[in-house]
Amino acid sequence: MPENLTAPLVVEFPFTRSLGPVQSAFLTGLRERVVLGVRTRDGRVLVPPVEYDPVTADEIRDLVEVATTGTVTTWAWNPSPRPRQPLPRPFAWVLVRLDGADTALLHALDAPGADAVRTGMRVRIRWAARREGAITDIACFEAHDGPAGHRAAPHDGRFPDPVTSLTAPARLEYTYTPGRAQSRYLDGLARREILGERCPSCHKVYVPPRGACPTCGVATTEPAAPGPRGTVTTFCVVNIKAKGLDIDVPYVYAHIALDGADLALHARIGGIPYDRVRMGMRVEPVWTGDGRHPDHYRPTGEPDADYESYRRLL
Amino acid sequence: MSREPVAVVGIGQTHHAAARRDVSIAGLVREAALRALEDAALTWADIEAVVIGKAPDFFEGVMTPELYLAEALGAAGKPLTRVHTAGSVGGSTALVAADLVAARVHRTVLTVAFEKQSESNAMWGLSLPVPFQQPLLAGAGGFFAPHVRAYIRRTGAPSSTGTLVAYKDRRNALKNPYAHLHEHGITLEKVRSSPMLWDPVRYSETCPSSDGACAMVLTDRTGAARAPAPPAWLHGGAMRSEPTLFAGKDFVSPRAGRDCAADVYRQAGITDPRREIDAVEMYVPFSWYEPMWLENLGFAAEGDGWKLTEAGVTELDGALPVNPSGGVLSTNPIGASGMLRFAEAALQVRGRAGEHQVPDARRALGHAYGGGAQFFSMWLVAGSPPVT
Repeated sequence: MPENLTAPLVVEFPFTRSLGPVQSAFLTGLRERVVLGVRTRDGRVLVPPVEYDPVTADEIRDLVEVATTGTVTTWAWNPSPRPRQPLPRPFAWVLVRLDGADTALLHALDAPGADAVRTGMRVRIRWAARREGAITDIACFEAHDGPAGHRAAPHDGRFPDPVTSLTAPARLEYTYTPGRAQSRYLDGLARREILGERCPSCHKVYVPPRGACPTCGVATTEPAAPGPRGTVTTFCVVNIKAKGLDIDVPYVYAHIALDGADLALHARIGGIPYDRVRMGMRVEPVWTGDGRHPDHYRPTGEPDADYESYRRLL
Repeated sequence: MSREPVAVVGIGQTHHAAARRDVSIAGLVREAALRALEDAALTWADIEAVVIGKAPDFFEGVMTPELYLAEALGAAGKPLTRVHTAGSVGGSTALVAADLVAARVHRTVLTVAFEKQSESNAMWGLSLPVPFQQPLLAGAGGFFAPHVRAYIRRTGAPSSTGTLVAYKDRRNALKNPYAHLHEHGITLEKVRSSPMLWDPVRYSETCPSSDGACAMVLTDRTGAARAPAPPAWLHGGAMRSEPTLFAGKDFVSPRAGRDCAADVYRQAGITDPRREIDAVEMYVPFSWYEPMWLENLGFAAEGDGWKLTEAGVTELDGALPVNPSGGVLSTNPIGASGMLRFAEAALQVRGRAGEHQVPDARRALGHAYGGGAQFFSMWLVAGSPPVT
């Protein structure tokens, strides 16, 4: 049995977020070194602000400005920061209740060591040199022995050139393991062999194999060797370029039932003008270069298969 | 013990658009939820539980909407549940909410579904670069187009059917102020001459990419008695699933869809859906799915769905109007699209569908599917309560 394959799988995308009125004011404020919260109907000041009252569900639009100084309400020491965390050296994660606010904001505190941090200590914002309307406009917090800041003061939340959206890049790193059945299949492809598996219960042949029959729920241990020739069961002509695919349009994307297989696989058809591809056309795989998968399928020149012979595979 | 009859007393949706940059996702769901509450003349305090649904997480990168949206939906201190069944999620979310009322777990439940497609890219979400696998070679519509070709081959449908559906749905959308696409000046010729993207599917026969949300308030008999407007009553609801790929799968008419519809009709006492149902909102992301689902849902014999479309039966003034709202072809916030079908069915039997009202609609079917024809959910609603 071949060794199981593994490979890194990185999933990343720059999601965008429309901010809505409250987050727009909050983040634009940070750019201008102004910290805004919202005042609820019962008079509490929430920082960071929210659009809707977590208790009453009321819409909140009553913006207030709070101080850039505050008090640590609790903390945890981070001895080994990871890439892209706020500071490159050990720091404390802190919840800071800014003067004038009733709730605490999560951020980083720059401190020489854990013994320099305590609940109740006074801190102030250290602003980032370059600010763009993001939570990172607060570089971090730092110890502060000055006087307490002002009380919450009304603010209209208006700034020139407000930030209305942000980009929230997401990146997830996985180690992908295709598993035994698919690894065996991929190993076969490397030798330009197409391997399938037969279900011991319903006797259907699956290619690519999955190790188990999705209908019967039993292991498909019996090897099968479908193809390599097959029949085009159906197809479409692709006239627009798919993102990230280097194939000239138009081309044919087809479902192909390999001889002896009980369901179709999907592949491109080549070696024939796109407008001459037909349902029932007989095809065979073509490997090129070092590709593991067939690059495309081409006509064998055999007469077309009778519709009835592949009708149940549509 | 019998099930508690379930009434739809509040329906709300956002104005749908390619990009709703004016609101956050929280603001978007809030807009739909407030309209539903207003319709029901209820406040947040009247809601006992919230059930929320959205498209797969990669579609917009919000992994825990139930956490992020609790405040916007007034869910503090209440049970908040999330449902997840790909493109059918709006339908199954409503059915989970309905079950909470039917089982007398809660008396009044808010259900919400949403999607902000503009903040992501659904096609990216569907085509992650899985190692060792060949990339999907065909783009969004390429997955569906071969099934459409199979349908045409199987039934002998003329190529005009697909354009007729698109022309009808886009005209219906002109009567729906919430719809995303309002193609004033649409003509059959414009549809017919639109570019062929994935032959046999044309550009005008495909759904748009929308931002939007939908919400409904479901309640019991007591709640219905207090409602200011006539409710829609649930007469049958079901979900079915099947693998995306298996030997013997019928992509043209999936068995899970047939079984799901049969279950709904059995619950509702429907024996002849074509005659007994007055309006249908079905999930038609590509126009050819109208005739395909007409057969799958039992409105036409196998091979005859296209004949209903060609004969004008599914037009707004036909004998069996399909997608009077303009359907998914005119509005497609994927996570909400299923609930929009359910909500539009309910609007029809409440007589509150405005300009796209089907006259005297007494029974209507809402249908949703998703995940490569993997999940199906449907409900049948009527203007009068079920006999208990």
